[in-house]
Amino acid sequence: MGIAISMTVNGAAVSAEIDPRTLLVDFLRVNLGLTGTHVGCDTAQCGACTIHLDGRAVKACNLLALQANGAKVTTIEGLAGNGDLHPMQAAFKECHGLQCGFCTPGMVMSAIDLVQRHPGADEATIRAQLEGNLCRCTGYHNIVKAVQQGAAAMSR
Amino acid sequence: MGANESGYIGQSLRRKEDRRFLTGAGQYTDDVTLPHQTHAYFVRSPHAHAKIRSIDTSKAAKAPGVVAIYTGGDLEGVGGLPCGWLITSVDGTPMKEPPHPVLAKGKVRHVGDQVALVVAETRNQAKDAAELVDVDYEVLPAVTNPVEALAPGAPQIHDEAPGNHCYTWALGDKGAVDAAFAKAAHVTKLDLVNNRLIPNAIEPRAALASHSASDDSYTLYVTSQNPHVERLLMAAFVLGLPEHKLRVIAPDVGGGFGSKIYLYAEETALVWASKRVGRPIKWVAERSESFLTDAHGRDHVTHAELALDKDGRFLAMRVNTTAAMGAYLSTFASCIPTILYATLLAGQYTTPAIHCEVKAAFTNTAPVDAYRGAGRPEATYVVERIVREAAVEMGIAQDEIRRRNFIRTFPYQTPVALMYDTGNYDQTLDGASELADVKGFTARKAEAAKRGKLRGLGYSSYIEACGLAPSNIAGALGARAGLFEAGQVRVNPTGSVTVFTGSHSHGQGHETTFAQIVATRLGIPVDNVDVVHGDTGRVAFGMGTYGSRSLAVGGTAIVKALDKIVGKGRKIAAHLLEAAESDIEFKDGKFTVAGTDRSKTFGEIALTAYVPHNYPLDKLEPGLDETAFYDPTNFTFPAGTHICEVEIDPDTGVVEVVRFSACDDFGNIVNPMIVEGQVHGGLTQGIGQALLEACVYDPESGQLLTGSYMDYAMPRADDVPSYQVSTRVTPCTVNPLGTKGCGEAGAIGSPPALINAVLDALAPVGVTHLDMPATPHRVWQAIQSAKAAA
Repeated sequence: MGIAISMTVNGAAVSAEIDPRTLLVDFLRVNLGLTGTHVGCDTAQCGACTIHLDGRAVKACNLLALQANGAKVTTIEGLAGNGDLHPMQAAFKECHGLQCGFCTPGMVMSAIDLVQRHPGADEATIRAQLEGNLCRCTGYHNIVKAVQQGAAAMSR
Repeated sequence: MGANESGYIGQSLRRKEDRRFLTGAGQYTDDVTLPHQTHAYFVRSPHAHAKIRSIDTSKAAKAPGVVAIYTGGDLEGVGGLPCGWLITSVDGTPMKEPPHPVLAKGKVRHVGDQVALVVAETRNQAKDAAELVDVDYEVLPAVTNPVEALAPGAPQIHDEAPGNHCYTWALGDKGAVDAAFAKAAHVTKLDLVNNRLIPNAIEPRAALASHSASDDSYTLYVTSQNPHVERLLMAAFVLGLPEHKLRVIAPDVGGGFGSKIYLYAEETALVWASKRVGRPIKWVAERSESFLTDAHGRDHVTHAELALDKDGRFLAMRVNTTAAMGAYLSTFASCIPTILYATLLAGQYTTPAIHCEVKAAFTNTAPVDAYRGAGRPEATYVVERIVREAAVEMGIAQDEIRRRNFIRTFPYQTPVALMYDTGNYDQTLDGASELADVKGFTARKAEAAKRGKLRGLGYSSYIEACGLAPSNIAGALGARAGLFEAGQVRVNPTGSVTVFTGSHSHGQGHETTFAQIVATRLGIPVDNVDVVHGDTGRVAFGMGTYGSRSLAVGGTAIVKALDKIVGKGRKIAAHLLEAAESDIEFKDGKFTVAGTDRSKTFGEIALTAYVPHNYPLDKLEPGLDETAFYDPTNFTFPAGTHICEVEIDPDTGVVEVVRFSACDDFGNIVNPMIVEGQVHGGLTQGIGQALLEACVYDPESGQLLTGSYMDYAMPRADDVPSYQVSTRVTPCTVNPLGTKGCGEAGAIGSPPALINAVLDALAPVGVTHLDMPATPHRVWQAIQSAKAAA
């Protein structure tokens, strides 16, 4: 009943034989041990599982691993290069855009995608674009600031 | 960032814990994997109230991958989940404490009640097998509303609690209140509903239990705010295990807000089953399980009356509240609508007489317990709503009626048991008014009116009581636990420091704030200090994190341990410097003989303590590792004023929060950035309650109608504004840090500010009352009803 898949995850080629009903998020967390991608709701509402699939932000709890066959996947673990934080990660730290940290990986992945789609977004746009990511700790105030600061750093 | 004259205190250090969270290196319970682990899934009741005629697990037992299935009948000798606070009714009888079984026995009492535990090789196999467990239910009528539950003829939920009555409790001098009302120039009356909320930490509850055959011990990883309390309750009261044979680890925890304080059935069943299965068992709640089974918050129905003299001075307040307990008493359920509610009804005011009566009812719903603020938001909502109504009725400005009644002399004994140590309510009202640009409101309202929009301004001057204490008085009031905190400071031989705290951090940033305190006191770089929490195997003891107590109580325990470290260091320095101990001063990381340049660094003292070659071994033990327990002498009393400005579209009923200003007094502040973050989060949860969130059960079937993020409206980024916050400081006199607590203030102050703003905006169209949440539907209906009545 196993089915073979292969994809590139954080720059490395991976392949495995999996139960066809395996969700992408479970494949990343269980098969690959990439536990930075979180599951907060199982219904594609909270956004904690957001990753990049071929450069686009997607919710990994709402995709089968099979649907990512042959794709290029980036998770939160793949953002920091050579030990340096990605500018968006650095902005979240600098602006105190995280508290418990559970929504944070998904929030950061969404924020990067947001900035790529809306460079120079204003506050209203940022808030509207973060609609798919729930945070219960920060009240979003410092997340919005972090996205603005991260966007500025990414454009440099 | 380096230390300045006051060290790291007052500096917005960026958080030490952030790097792991930002790179995906956090370790939450579901991220932990043990060799050969199995997976659990719970069979849950689909009915709000039913008898269990029979359970047939035979088909499920044969399903692929199934390791074991347990039902209530298998849990021989396992006790029920305990309640940690005994409330005594006005007639002197103890509250009713019906059994709270780990797995249902004979009956289920709310949708989601756990009936059977299925253990399998994979999560999917456990889930598939759970569907094959055949439970024969005899469905019974259900009741979900606390007032209806207490009415004659309501469905009877527990045999042990006739009429679903848990307790009737009261506080205050009823005679004095009646006398004051008799001579009042004006009486304002108000009926309020405080809507039931679902906490919704973004990390669902999870547990991973294992048993070691080598020493017959258990290890439990669990999403907990207070692992030591969890261990004590589970070992001593439920499973009958020796406490030292159970290690509870609460690793990184993804938000709590109260909902992870409690001992839940799921982790208890897992620990019990792990020895029988002989392999680790993991359970992770699905979000729908979180909605159904996490302890909920609020759910009060209240009638309140305020008596005033002709000048708008408060003479007395009378409050009658019915509070839902849910189907079972959760760990601290009973003290929330009593000890943490009625005691706060004086607010910031000199009201000389207050009486409050609270009836608690069992309902066919998830249990209700502490949720961010826990009783204090409910009290603040009563006080600040009725103060607004009184001001409107008497034609007094909203800020003026508050100022006429502010407490200005401290310490102040309220008529509802609390002694406020310090505060300055005028300065936080002034601060909030500045932030809110109250002076410019009239112009903004006129401008909005030109666009056909209604603008309103709402005030809330709240007080809260944090750092619940002291233990002996709480014990006299029914607490079954201590309320102290433990802290240990271990100085390593090379001078770095490991701090062990009983407080738990699940977003609050203790790893940074506590390190700032330690580094400042010892005069060492903050990077040389690590903070360990959340593990009964490493931390001496702890009562955990709740009630905004971590810095005031947990931080003070660390300060007490630091006192011991410095005291011992002084003795060692005196020996090395051949001086009298009383002549040794400790400052900026150096022990110096007063008036000389002879000194030893903190690092030299640490090394000497562990390499005691030149050391007073006859008088002093080697080593530099001290533990302290701190039990506060009083609560702390953070307070402030929140001002909300809303704009309402009368055609759609949509309420937009256009400006929200909060000026708070949390006493001394260690890390302003973290404090502001706590306020932002609290405000959003309070605005969520007032604007969006409501837990709704179908009144007939008892089904949860708001069981997903499609139905339960969580605040999202575009529902709330950027906030304007500031602080004023009156240092707390209870603890040496002078801190009061900041974690819950936002959620306590904001709901009445928002509803008062909505009512202010809707006053011109004749709306005089609205219950939370102010959804477009509700606001639009209120506008239509007012129009029809006009």
